[in-house]
Amino acid sequence: MSIGDVANRRIGQSIPRKENWALLTGAARFIDDLEPVAGLRAAAILRSPYGHAEILGIDTTKAEALPGVIGILTGRHVQALSNPIRSIIQWPGKYYPCALDRVRYFGEPIAVVVAENRYIAEDALDLIEVRYRPLPVVVDLKDAISDGAFAIHAGSSGNIVHRRTFRYGDPEAAFATADHIETICTEFPRISSTPIETYGVIAHFEQAPDRYTVWSNFQGPYALHPVMSGALRIPSQRLRLISAQASGGSFGIKQGVFAYIVLIAVTSRYFGVPVKWIEDRQEHLTASSSATGRLTTIEGAFTRGGELIGVRLKQVENIGAYVRPPEPSSLYRMQATLSGPYRVQNLAVENLVAVTNQMPSGLNRGFGGPQFFFPLERLMSAAAVKLKLDPAELRRRNLVRKEAFPYETPAGSVLDSGDYLAALDLALERAGYDDLLNQQKAARASGRLFGLGVAVAVETSGSNMAYVALALTPEERARSAAKSGGIAEATVTMDPLGSIVVRIDSLPNGQGHETVAAQVVADELGVSLDDVDVETQFDTRTSAWSIASGNYSSRFAPAVCSAVALASRQVARKLRVIAANAIGVEPHQVTLANGVAAGPHADGRSMPIKTLAGLAHWHTAGLPQGETPGINESAVFSDPSFRPPDASDRIRSSLAYGFLCDVCAIEIDKETGRLEIKKYVHVHDVGTVLNPSLLEGQTYGSFAHGVGAALSERIKYGADGTMMTSTFADYLCPTAADIPELVIDRVSTPSPNTILGAKGGADGAIHTAPAAIANAVSDALGIPDVSLPLTPGRVWELMQGRNPDEIAPVVETVYQADDALPALTTAGSLKGQGEVILHADAEAVWTALFDAQGLHDIIPGCRSIEQTAPDEFHAEIKVSVAGIGGVYKAILRIEDKQCPFRARLLGRGEGRLGFGEGEAAISLDTIRSGETRLRYQYVANVGGTIAGVGSRLLEGAMQYLVGEFFHGLDRHFSPEMAKTGSWLGRIMQRCAAAFGVGTR
Amino acid sequence: MKPAPFDYCRPDTVEATLAVLSRYGSDGRILAGGMSLGAMLNMRLARPNIIIDINRVACIDQIQVVDDHVVIGALVRQASALTDIRVNADAPLLARALPHVGHFQTRNRGTVIGSVAHAEPSAEIPLVLLVSRGFVELASERGSRRIAADNFFVSTLVTARRPEELVTGIALPVRKRRTGYAFDEVANRHGDFALVAAACQLSLSTQGTIDSFSVGLAGIADRPILVGIPGTQGARLNKADTADLAASAAATVSPRGDMHATAGYRRQLAFVLMRRTIGAALAEALEGVTDA
Repeated sequence: MSIGDVANRRIGQSIPRKENWALLTGAARFIDDLEPVAGLRAAAILRSPYGHAEILGIDTTKAEALPGVIGILTGRHVQALSNPIRSIIQWPGKYYPCALDRVRYFGEPIAVVVAENRYIAEDALDLIEVRYRPLPVVVDLKDAISDGAFAIHAGSSGNIVHRRTFRYGDPEAAFATADHIETICTEFPRISSTPIETYGVIAHFEQAPDRYTVWSNFQGPYALHPVMSGALRIPSQRLRLISAQASGGSFGIKQGVFAYIVLIAVTSRYFGVPVKWIEDRQEHLTASSSATGRLTTIEGAFTRGGELIGVRLKQVENIGAYVRPPEPSSLYRMQATLSGPYRVQNLAVENLVAVTNQMPSGLNRGFGGPQFFFPLERLMSAAAVKLKLDPAELRRRNLVRKEAFPYETPAGSVLDSGDYLAALDLALERAGYDDLLNQQKAARASGRLFGLGVAVAVETSGSNMAYVALALTPEERARSAAKSGGIAEATVTMDPLGSIVVRIDSLPNGQGHETVAAQVVADELGVSLDDVDVETQFDTRTSAWSIASGNYSSRFAPAVCSAVALASRQVARKLRVIAANAIGVEPHQVTLANGVAAGPHADGRSMPIKTLAGLAHWHTAGLPQGETPGINESAVFSDPSFRPPDASDRIRSSLAYGFLCDVCAIEIDKETGRLEIKKYVHVHDVGTVLNPSLLEGQTYGSFAHGVGAALSERIKYGADGTMMTSTFADYLCPTAADIPELVIDRVSTPSPNTILGAKGGADGAIHTAPAAIANAVSDALGIPDVSLPLTPGRVWELMQGRNPDEIAPVVETVYQADDALPALTTAGSLKGQGEVILHADAEAVWTALFDAQGLHDIIPGCRSIEQTAPDEFHAEIKVSVAGIGGVYKAILRIEDKQCPFRARLLGRGEGRLGFGEGEAAISLDTIRSGETRLRYQYVANVGGTIAGVGSRLLEGAMQYLVGEFFHGLDRHFSPEMAKTGSWLGRIMQRCAAAFGVGTR
Repeated sequence: MKPAPFDYCRPDTVEATLAVLSRYGSDGRILAGGMSLGAMLNMRLARPNIIIDINRVACIDQIQVVDDHVVIGALVRQASALTDIRVNADAPLLARALPHVGHFQTRNRGTVIGSVAHAEPSAEIPLVLLVSRGFVELASERGSRRIAADNFFVSTLVTARRPEELVTGIALPVRKRRTGYAFDEVANRHGDFALVAAACQLSLSTQGTIDSFSVGLAGIADRPILVGIPGTQGARLNKADTADLAASAAATVSPRGDMHATAGYRRQLAFVLMRRTIGAALAEALEGVTDA
C-alpha cells in the first residue's frame, strides 16, 4: 500500500487549522450558545460555605416564592431519583452529585434552583436558608491519614479509602547491595488546568419511555456513560449524550462534568422542563475538579557509579471528599512506568488513597504524571549531588538505551521506541550546557544565585483502560469481569459527488482534530484537504463509540488517527478496485493523488476520484464483483497486546511512549526571592509529528501549565475548610507575559505500535517543568527540600531555612503580654490588640456593654438584638465595609465576667457571604472621672465566600470594624462628638484603629 | 456570578451625577472602568441599589496642568495616562507606577481615579498620590473640596469621600528640578496585587542637600502609608546611606501575613524596595544637581 503523492504529503506539514475561521469569527458554537430545545430554564447551584458540616435543615420557602422561580431541588430529591455514583473500589462512603445530610467540601452542591433565567436563579440562591452544624475539618493530607483523624465518611475508622502494595523485581536485594540510598519527600500540590470555558450542561428529560438527552462539554472517557446511566437508573441507550460542536479547552478537567450531567438530568426530570446550567468561574475554581495532590516518599538505591538499581515509593493520594470515578486512576496511570525512562528493575511501591475535605479530583493535564515525575526527578537530582555527578550525567547512565527498544519495564509497560540519549544530548546542546555551567561558576563567584535543572520523563499515550483495575488486588480482579483494551473508531464516508466526511470517537477541546484527521484522510486518498470535513460533534446515538472513546490520555494522535488511517485505507482500497475496473488495470497499479486515480503509465488512463465516488453510488450494477455499493468505511484500531493486569500486577498500560527532556537555568534575586528563568530548553519525542505547528501550540500550552505549577499555582484551603483560591486573583495562572522564552527541539522515533508512527504529545512539559525548575532552585540555593509553588515569598522563606509549608499562613501578630486581660481561649487568623479612651465612667461602660439596648447602640449596623439568657444575646447585624457585607445573624456570649471590669466576649455570626467567629478580652480602667481606658485583644476567624475571595482585605476590614465599634461605644457616651460628622468620626476611628496591631 | 438586581442610570453631566449621588448616597455606586466593581457586583459582594455610570459624562476625561499640578479627570483611563505626554513629563512617579497597574487589557478600561476611589490597600496609584503629596478633588451638590491624599485613605476600601460626593480628579504636583522619582514592587505575577510596593520622591537643593523626601509603601497596612525617616531634612545623602535609611524605615512598619506572603517576607520586601527606590530617586535627583 503506498501513498501516491509523497511530495504533497500533508502529514508532517504545518497545515493551518481548519477550525480557526469559525473560532476567530465567532461562528463556532459552544455549549452556552446552544438552545437545542424550546423552553430552556436556567439552573444555579447553592454550594456549601463550609468545608465540613452537618445539614440540619434547608428552608426553600422564600426562594420558591420568588417570581420566576420554577422550583428548588435538594439532596433529598437527588437521592429519590438517582443512585450513588459508583467507583471501581469499595469504600465506606456514597457519592451523589449533591449533598444529602452532610457537606464534605467547600462548594459542594446543596440545592439546584431552576428559574426563568440565571439572574433570578441566583437571586433565589440568596433566599435559601440552610442550617449547618460545623464538623471538624480535615483539609491537610497528613492530618487526614494520621491516627485518630476525624473520619469524613461515617462508618469508617479513618480517611484512607485504598491501600495496596506492589513489588517488581527484587527491591530488597537492590537496597541491601546499594552503595548509596537517596531519600526524598515531596508534596505535589493540587492544581487545576483552568480552561477558558467552564462546564456546561443542558439536560432534557422525556417520558414514555423515560429518557434523557444531554448536551454538554463532557469530553469522555465514555467508560463513564454506563456510570451515568446507572446513576440515573435507566437503560444505557436512554441516556443520549451530545457534545457541543466547539469546546473552549479542557486539558482533562471536563471529564468531571459528568457528575453535573447526572445532577442536571435529575433536575430536568423532577421539574419536567429542559434545564441549562453553565458553571461560572468561581464555581469552576471552587468545585469542578482538580488534579490530585500527592505526598511521596521516594528512595533510590544507587551503585557507586551512579546506577539506579532500586526504587522504593510510598505515594499518598489526596482525592478530595469522595471517590469519584475514574479515581483512584490518577494513581495508577503511571503504575506500569514507575521506572520512568530508566533501566531500574526493582521497585517496591505502597499506594494510599485518602479522602479530605476538598473538592473531588479527576483528569487534569498529565493525569497522575506530574505527581509522579516530580518526586522521581527531584530524587535523581538530589542523588547526583550526593554522588558528585552532574545531574545530566547521572541520568545518562540510567536511561534506557536506543538498542533496547521495544523495552519492557519491570511493571509491564513496553516502551515502544526512543532515543533517549540523543534527546538528552540535543537538549544539553541547545541549552549550551557547558556555557551555562561556566555562567553559573561566574555567578556564584560574584555571590549570585544561579541554578541549573534537568528533568526527563516518559509520556504515556493511548491508554489500555485495564490499568484502572490495578486498584483491585489480583484476587478481586479474578472475581470480577476481566477488562482490557482501548479501542478507537473512525468512519470515512464519501458522498456521490466525492466529498468526504470523517467521524471519529473523540471530541476536540480545541486541539485541532479537524485539521489533523483531514490531513490523514487527504494523504491516504490523494484528495484535497478542502474535500474532507471532520464531524466533531459527538452523539452517543449516532456516533460509533466504546468505553475508551473521548479526548484524554493523548489518545487522538496515536489511537484515533490510526483508526482514521485504517478507515481511509479501506476507502482507498475500494477506490482502487473501482478505478482498476473502470480503466482496465490491476487495483495495485492504481495510485490516488491530486484527486485522480491513475494507472501505471504516465500517459495511461485515469479517472477523477469524484467520478469513482459517483460510480459507487449511482451505478451499482457497474461495480466489480463483491464490492458493496456506496462508500462508507468504518475501522476500529485496537492494540492486540492490551491485556488485563497479570497476577503480579504487570500491565502494558499504554499504546505508545514519548520522551521529554528539559534543561533550564534560573537566577534568584537574593533579596526578594524573585526567580527568573534565564534559559529553558524542551526536547520532545512524539514519534511521527502529524502537524508541527499544532504540536508547537501543545508544547507552549503544556509548558505554561508546567511553569504555573512550578511557580505560582496551587489550590489552597484554609484550616477551616474555606477554599482560598476561588478566583484568578488568588489562583495564579501565568499569563502569556509570565511565560519565559522556550527553546523547543525534537527527536523523532516513530512508534511501531501506531499506524502513522505518532505518539501522544499533549501532556508534554507539565511532566518535566515543575521538576526541572525545582531542581534548578535546589541547585541555586544548595538545599535539598524544595516545595511548590516557588513564588517569590516561598523561595525567600526557603532561603531563610524555613519550610514555607510549615509557616502558619497568617502569622506573626504576637500579643504583648497583658496580665490585665483575661486569656483568650481560641486561636484565630485575624488578631488585634489595642486600647481606646472612652468619655464615660467605667461603671457606665460596663453596664452598656452587657445590656441589649446598650449593645444595640454600640454595634455598628445592629438591626435588632435580644437577650436570650443571662450574658447571651441574639442579634441581627448589617456588617458593611465600603458597601461590602450583608446581614448576619449573630450570637454573643459573655464569659469570665469579673470585677473590676474584665471579661471575655465570644461571638459567632452567619450570613450570606460566609460566617465568622471571634473572641475578645477586654478590661476597663478608670483614668479619671468620666474617662475610661478600654484595653482589648481579639482573635477572629472568617470563613465562607468572603474569606475565599477577600482574604487579603479581611484583616484591614476587621480592624476597621473594630474601630467602628469603639467609635460607636464612644458616641454612645458622648453623642455631641458624633455630631461633628462622619468625616471627623472616621479620623477618630482611624486613631482608634491605629492602636491596633501593627504599631508596636 | 450574576449581580443582584440594581437600577442603572447614565448621567451626561457632572451636575446630573451629583444630583443622583445626593439622592442615593451610599446606596449608589459609581461605575467608571468597572475593573473592580464589575467583579464585586458579579460576586454579589457589592449590592448597590443603583449604578451610576459616568462613562458618558462630558469633560471629565482630561489631563491638564493647573497651578503647578497635573490634574487627572475622573474618566482618564490608566492606559491613556500611561501614554500621556504631560503625565510622563510632569508626573513621573505616576508614569513609572502605571505599568505595574493590572494588565494591558485592564488598563484600557480601568481609570486612574477609580483606583484612588476604590482604595485597595495594595494599589499603586493611591501610593503614588500619597508619596507625591497630591490631592483628591471631590464634588457634591453642596460644593467641591480638595483633600490631601494623606487624609483621604482611611482603611481597606474606605476613604474620606462622603457618600454624596464624586471624586472628580486628582492633582499631582508638577515635577520639580533636582528631584528623583522611583517606584518598584514585587507581586507574584506581573500585574497582580502587589505583595509590597514602594515609591520614593526625593528633592535636593542646589547644594545637594535634601529639600524634601518622602517614601511610602503599599501592601503593608490597610491603606498606603508614608514611612517617616527623621533627620533627613537638610542632610546630604549618598548611595551608601540608603541601606541604613531603608533598614530604619522598615523597622517602623509592621506588615501582616496572608496566604500570598508572610509578614516576615513583607518586611524584607519593604526594606529592599525602599532601599532600591530611595537609591534610584537619589541618583536621579543628583543628576539634576550635576546638570545644573
